[in-house]
Amino acid sequence: MTAAGATRTAAEAARAAGTPPGPPTAAPAASAAATGLVPAGDFDAVVVGAGPAGSAAALVLARSGKRVCLLERGPYPGSKNMYGGVVYPRILDGLLLDWWEDAPVQRWVTRRATMTLTDDQALTIDFRTESWGRPPYNGATALRPEFDAWLAAKAVDAGAVLVTSTTATGLLRDRPGGAVTGVSTDRPDGDLRAGIVVACDGVNSFLAKQAGLHGPVDPANYTLGAKEVLAVPARTIEERFGLGPDQGADFEIIGCTGAIPGGGFLYTNRDSLAIGVVLHLPALATAGVRPEELIAGLKAHPAVAPLVAGGELVEYSAHLIPEGGYDMMPALAGAGILVAGDAAAMCLAAGIWLEGVNFAIASGMAAGEAAAAALAAGDVSERGLAGYRRRLQDSFVLQDHRRLRHAPHLLLSERVQQRYPQLACDIVEDLFTVTNPEPKPGMRRLVRRQVTASGVRLRDLAADTWRALRTFG
Amino acid sequence: MSAGAVGSPGAPGTPTAARTAAGTSAGAGIAAPAARSTPAATAGGPGATLPVAFEDRMATVDFRVSPQAHITVDGDACRGCTTRACVTACPANLFVPTADGGILFNYEQCFECGTCYLVCDTAGAVTWRYPEGGHGVAYRRS
Ligand SMILES: Cc1cc2nc3c(=O)[nH]c(=O)nc-3n(C[C@H](O)[C@H](O)[C@H](O)COP(=O)(O)OP(=O)(O)OC[C@H]3O[C@@H](n4cnc5c(N)ncnc54)[C@H](O)[C@@H]3O)c2cc1C
Ligand code: SF4
Ligand code: SF4
Repeated sequence: MTAAGATRTAAEAARAAGTPPGPPTAAPAASAAATGLVPAGDFDAVVVGAGPAGSAAALVLARSGKRVCLLERGPYPGSKNMYGGVVYPRILDGLLLDWWEDAPVQRWVTRRATMTLTDDQALTIDFRTESWGRPPYNGATALRPEFDAWLAAKAVDAGAVLVTSTTATGLLRDRPGGAVTGVSTDRPDGDLRAGIVVACDGVNSFLAKQAGLHGPVDPANYTLGAKEVLAVPARTIEERFGLGPDQGADFEIIGCTGAIPGGGFLYTNRDSLAIGVVLHLPALATAGVRPEELIAGLKAHPAVAPLVAGGELVEYSAHLIPEGGYDMMPALAGAGILVAGDAAAMCLAAGIWLEGVNFAIASGMAAGEAAAAALAAGDVSERGLAGYRRRLQDSFVLQDHRRLRHAPHLLLSERVQQRYPQLACDIVEDLFTVTNPEPKPGMRRLVRRQVTASGVRLRDLAADTWRALRTFG
Repeated sequence: MSAGAVGSPGAPGTPTAARTAAGTSAGAGIAAPAARSTPAATAGGPGATLPVAFEDRMATVDFRVSPQAHITVDGDACRGCTTRACVTACPANLFVPTADGGILFNYEQCFECGTCYLVCDTAGAVTWRYPEGGHGVAYRRS
């Protein structure tokens, strides 16, 4: 904070003093912060969006001595953000020492399961390990309003200036079509000039679109996530899910979205459950069934209902996911601008994996490093910023994405969505159905019988298996 | 830090009293059009959670409503639309078909997700931007 003391806005001052920013109408922030929000040239970098990507970028930039403004349109970081519920934190090890000591964690995930549902069957692969319940941990459920605010506070501690309740409305350029030199905001006199803009403004990223970095927008690249948070007492959660006091469970679910390609999830918070569905937009647009109806169907499924029974709805929420992965990514850099996190489609949505927060943090860190290096070298041209892509190529961010680039198409395909869940459940049902006095059928015969009954052609099954091996192998 | 901000005075309480079965909102306002019966409403067994009427569902969410609409829908453009994609896709159920073939839209309880402008393929029907800073949806527990 110290670095920013002289220029901080009223909103900032309120935050620093520990006063929660109230509703904008009640706060003096609006007017006081508006005038002289920033004297021109006051910042080396403006980071737009205090989600995980933006806070990580601002933290890295501030640590390298840059004057950085972290801009957030919500009244507090995380106020606009929802997700399923699990942060995979390995990436934090390199950013914050012993982060688990003060991170706002709900539960440490020690149990992960993948459920395949049909109308009245469920096939679950269920794994648990005590080792994930000890440092350095493998996954944590967390609420975004808490997690995002925690990470943003780390950036502020390092010297970044957090300005909330302020929407970036466009890019400033040195001349029409020229290099990006800042952003305009919806405050009066709210232009923010800086050496570089890091767009971490999430899945809709109007800034990256305005910068011309995105190709044509295709709804097929997006899914909609809708979720319910259900209040359930902590002890009840622990009994139902077989968990210790700090332990949590993470269920990915397939076969619960009817005719719409997608999936579902169920996560345990301390004293609430998060249950929701993820739906491919083009099909949602035509399917004639609404998101909350699908959640209701999932909650009523015989394998799920006992887990969520009695849960009282305490918050409903919805958000888009950039599902298309590698093939929908924009150009990652332009003169004076970098794009990170969901704004650059860095979220990995590949079936059993739904990881966006860690990819956002990693790409934000890389953007922060590349921006700091470019500023130090005095070259923020597209060439000067090429180090960003190189850093991502050297990390799991682009390596995982490139390897899994065909996963979205495969996983959203009709057979994987509609046929295989039924097929898998029927094979296992046959396997476990006691046929006395008939002898048990051989495995091969059983599978062949069910494949025939499912109407899936062996050729397609073989091709999909091959594709899956190539994609995930 | 954030936790203090999360439970803001403006946050609505969770609905405990008005826990009715879906389908009771006959005369309800725009935010709660034609409540559709959900699978849970009809098929909820003894273990199921209680169905929630749509307006109660939305009442769980904190909206700091701006005086200015951030999304506008051109009802005339909608008249020729055959897909009506927004009507089922909007998670907040804000697009309500009117008897004369138009669309009634109210921006107040919007999640700012972006689904509507993506699924709508009638040019000019949906005009979309973020609400002014500090306004709009404010999640507390997601
Ligand atoms: C239903 C669902 C389930 C998910 N489940 C998981 C999961 O379990 N685990 C996981 O790791 N990931 C999950 N994800 C993905 C994850 O949420 C995202 O990948 C991640 O939040 C991306 O972080 P980000 O910082 O890039 O963007 P965001 O978190 O979206 O942050 C963007 C920020 O920018 C701000 N902003 C946007 N525009 C402007 C503007 N013009 N001016 C000022 N501020 C602006 C926003 O208010 C927001 O705070 C899920 C996503 C969804 C939707
Ligand atoms: S908003 Fe778009 S999708 Fe919805 S009715 Fe109007 S034209 Fe159709
Ligand atoms: S942005 Fe999302 S919640 Fe808001 S009107 Fe559009 S679809 Fe509905």
